[in-house]
Parts: sequence; C-alpha cells; structure tokens
Amino acid sequence: MKDHLKGRIWRFGDNVDTDQMIPAEYLVTMDGGELAKHVFAKARPGMSEKIMQGDIVVAGRNFGCGSSREHAPRALLGAGVTCVVAESFARIFFRNAINIGLPVIEASVDAAEGETIAVDLKAGRIVVEKSGKQYEFKSYPPFVMMLVEKGGLMAYTKEMLQCRRSQ
Amino acid sequence: MGKTVTEKILSDKSGKKVEAGEIVEASVDYVMVNDVTGPAAFDEFESLCVPLLRDKVILIPDHYVPNKDVASAKQAMKMRDFARKHDVANYFEVGSGGVCHQLMIEEGFAAPGRLIVGADSHTCSYGALGAFSTGIGSTEAATVFARGVLWFKVPESMRFTVDGELGKHVMGKDIILTIIGDIGVEGALYRSMEVEGGTISSLSLSDRITIANMGIEAGAKTCIIPPDNKVDDYLTGRTRGRYVPVFADADAEYVDSRRYDASEIVPVVAKPHLPENVAPASEVGVDIDQAYLGSCTNGRIEDFRVAAAIMKGRKVHRGVRMIVVPATKRVMEQAIEEGLVKIFMDAGAFVSGPTCGACLGGYMGILAPGEKCVSSTNRNFVGRMGDKDSEVYLASPAVVAASAVTGRIVDPSEVTG
Repeated sequence: MKDHLKGRIWRFGDNVDTDQMIPAEYLVTMDGGELAKHVFAKARPGMSEKIMQGDIVVAGRNFGCGSSREHAPRALLGAGVTCVVAESFARIFFRNAINIGLPVIEASVDAAEGETIAVDLKAGRIVVEKSGKQYEFKSYPPFVMMLVEKGGLMAYTKEMLQCRRSQ
Repeated sequence: MGKTVTEKILSDKSGKKVEAGEIVEASVDYVMVNDVTGPAAFDEFESLCVPLLRDKVILIPDHYVPNKDVASAKQAMKMRDFARKHDVANYFEVGSGGVCHQLMIEEGFAAPGRLIVGADSHTCSYGALGAFSTGIGSTEAATVFARGVLWFKVPESMRFTVDGELGKHVMGKDIILTIIGDIGVEGALYRSMEVEGGTISSLSLSDRITIANMGIEAGAKTCIIPPDNKVDDYLTGRTRGRYVPVFADADAEYVDSRRYDASEIVPVVAKPHLPENVAPASEVGVDIDQAYLGSCTNGRIEDFRVAAAIMKGRKVHRGVRMIVVPATKRVMEQAIEEGLVKIFMDAGAFVSGPTCGACLGGYMGILAPGEKCVSSTNRNFVGRMGDKDSEVYLASPAVVAASAVTGRIVDPSEVTG
C-alpha cells in the first residue's frame, strides 16, 4: 500500500449507504472494473464516467452503512478510488475496506468537491492543497495496522496457514 | 467489574477474559453466506491451502433465487458447485430453504451463547436467541471457512430496557423503530445493543427477532436479548448440538442505558430515506402504490397472522399492489395450512414463494419512479426497492396490512376500529 496519496475529491454527506455505492441489481459480479461502471449509479448518475484513478472520497458520518456487500469497497477500488476519508464509518464497510486493501481514514475534513488533498498514511496527516488546512488522524490499532501492512486479511490468513506462495 | 453478554461470549470464544476495546481472534461456531456474497468468498477460499471446515459452513441461496436472470443464475450455480465440490451438507436448495436468517433460526444453527457470523448485515438477527452474531464481508467469510476464527474488536455495550404493556397493534417492529428514531442510524455504531425488560420477555420470539434484526440499522455490531424459556422451548428438538445460555452480570458496564415505557410506544413508520425518520403511523397519511409483507425482518408466521387478521374479509385498495412473501418454505406451508394465504389472495394480494427479492430492490416488486411502498422490511434508503425516485416507508405487518386496505399509510386501528 502506498503511504502518500494525492487526489481530487468527491464530496459526500452523512449516512452514505452501500446500496448507494452499488445498487443491488448490479450484485451479479465481483469484478471491480465491472462494478465500477455502476458506482453511485442512483445517488450520482454519471459519476462512473467522470471518476478517475487516484480520486479520493471525502464524506461525513457513518459512511458505508447498510448492507455488508463487499461489492461496495470493490466498486470504489475498481473505479480508481485510492482512499476514503470520513468522520466515521459503519463497521462492516470499515472491515471490508481494510481487508481488501482500500485505506479508510477517520477524519473530519473541510474541503469541497473537486479540490485536491494529500494524505500521508504513515504520518497520519491530511493537507488540503488550496486552503493549506491540515488534519491529523489516529493510526489504526496494532492488529489492524498489522493486517494493512501484510496486505489485507487474505495475506495474513495465508501466513497463518503457512500456505506457500504458489498456492 | 461485571461483564456484558458480549464480553462474556467473546471471552468464551477467544479463551481469555476480554473487555470492551480489545481486539481478539475468536472461534466461530457457524459462518453463513448467501448467493450474492458467497461467490467472492468461494474464490478467495480456493486460494487458501486447507480443507473447508465444512461443518461450520452454511450456504443459503436467497437473494436472487429462483434465479432472476442469467448473471444471478451463474452465481447460484457457483454456490451449488461449491457445495458439491466440498461436500457441504448445509446447503439449502430452492424449494427447501428460504431467506437465510429465518432459515438459520428454524434449522437450529442459532442458539444462546454461540458466536455466528454471516456475509449479510442482518446476521445480527440471532441475538434474539442470545447469540453474538454479526455481519461480515465475503473475504472474511473465506478466512473463516479455512481457519474457523475471525478478529473482533470487543464492542462497548448499550442497554435498552423496555417495561410495561404494549398497546393494541404495537409490535416488535414499533419498538425497534422507536429506539432507532431515538438514537439515530449511527446511535449504536461500533457498539453492541442489549435489549431487555418485562415487555421484551413477554414478546414472542418472532417479535424479538424483528428487534435484533434491525440493530444494524442503528449501526450496531450485534443486538442481544437475554434468552429465556421461550427460546429453550423453541430450540427443543431443533437445535444442533448443545448450547449454554449467557447473561450479563448485574454490575456489567454500559456506555449508555435507556428506558422505555411500552405503553407510550405507538405504531410507527420510518419515512424515506433513513430508518431513523420515525413518525406515528397515524400522522403519515401518504398514498401508497405498493404494500410489501415479508423479509427476514417480518416474514414469519406470527407476522402473517397479524396481517391476515386485519385483512380478513377486506380488499386491497384499488390501485395498490400488495405483495406477500413468506420468509421460508416452512412459513409458507404453515400460512397455507392456517388459511392465511387464502385470506391474502382473497383480498387481492400477490403471494410468492420465499426470496429476498424486492426487499433489496432485486426483483419481484420493483418500484417505478415516484412510486411509494409501505414495507415490513428493514431499509428505506434511496432507491432501495427500485428507482432512485421511489420511496419506501418501513412499518410493522399490522401497519402494512391496514395501509394496503386503505390505500394510504394509517394506524391499524383506523381499519379495525
């Protein structure tokens, strides 16, 4: 996982549910690229055509509430989103994101859609390019950090099971 | 310091004394996936190097079965193939199963003191029987298939005590919607809910399942109700293996404790587009296009009896479609035997076999732009049951039935007098 991320932001409010990120009728594939074609299809029609590799989602409270569908973080990853910053996350979304390698950061950031922010995952700092505003965020608990550093839950599980790389 | 139910179950399953805030790896009793979340778990599992822990694994196609289209047919096929390849006994084919959470309970997987995970957010339903159960992702499910353990942050707990006598037509749904209206959709985020009190003890298991089922709509990790003899009676001859009920200590520590007077709770509705937008049904008065009775939240025989009692001898209002979906085959059989299906059909309702279907906007009852649906389900998010400009109003089976008859959202007493 890269430590330094910089990207244009997509701004969302509170309680963005996973139905909005990827509506149920598209839950017929797990392919990130395929899912990305329908990312926020109902909440932000047309977004899938404008979103670009390296973009960052910034949101309010309780991001990712609702369904446990892992399709939601996979659709964001597939669309090129490198990181989600929100005031708080619904817990299943938070776990799913960590487990598949999408960084999720708890911070309240004041920046408008289209602005650029820089995120330093190691140092725990966010800088809004235009305003110069800086935000600190707490690092993950040690166990979660270990998962992130190993590359997610699957990598950790393979290590615990002593699966050889070829498997 | 005493322990909460959550701390006790996670202590038992991790083999050490734990308290809120710790992260532990705990041993899982059962892991369930459905036809939408399963396929990704199967792919991930096949990249691991150990045999499937088949006795812990439960495979339930329910979201898009009977297959809604070719893509969903392929997902259902993938689950069937996985079950065959790994010799999974607990696979429930179309015609023998139904909506996963009701089936997990009917089949005796859910029981007090157990730790159960499922790749579906409403897995928290089994807290109604005193289990610690919670929704997980597909990748997590794959790792449980292989190791039988998963990491958990031991959540802090909130206690909700409900005492007093419920009024006429007030159901478990009204209790949980009232609580969510009170604390909000993130009111229990990262936390466990423990719901208890004289009113809860007097509720049927069915109503308790409705309450636990919707804990996730307040953001809760799990929602546990102390098990009692009603749970034991239900599980007699049904449960798989032994179970040991777990209760909170009298001096357990809660981050928040709230009390509710049952006599003040009325039939309510959660208006679009969040389950916290709660208002008395008598004040809503919105004209509806569709009424939906079913789901893991309210698709049980007890729910059908309540709705049928209101609809008997009455007709679904002109211009309203009523869709009735029993949660499982067993619920459907019983509804037929008790004459409930005939009551619904005589009233002009459409009755189908079990599926999650329209609850999540899958199929079998999708809403057109501008349409409004009163529904016994659990979510009223933007576009949840269809077009982004459609609306879902969450309510109890009693309110759904009464509203189907009047054509607008009403308190059931307006129909029954």
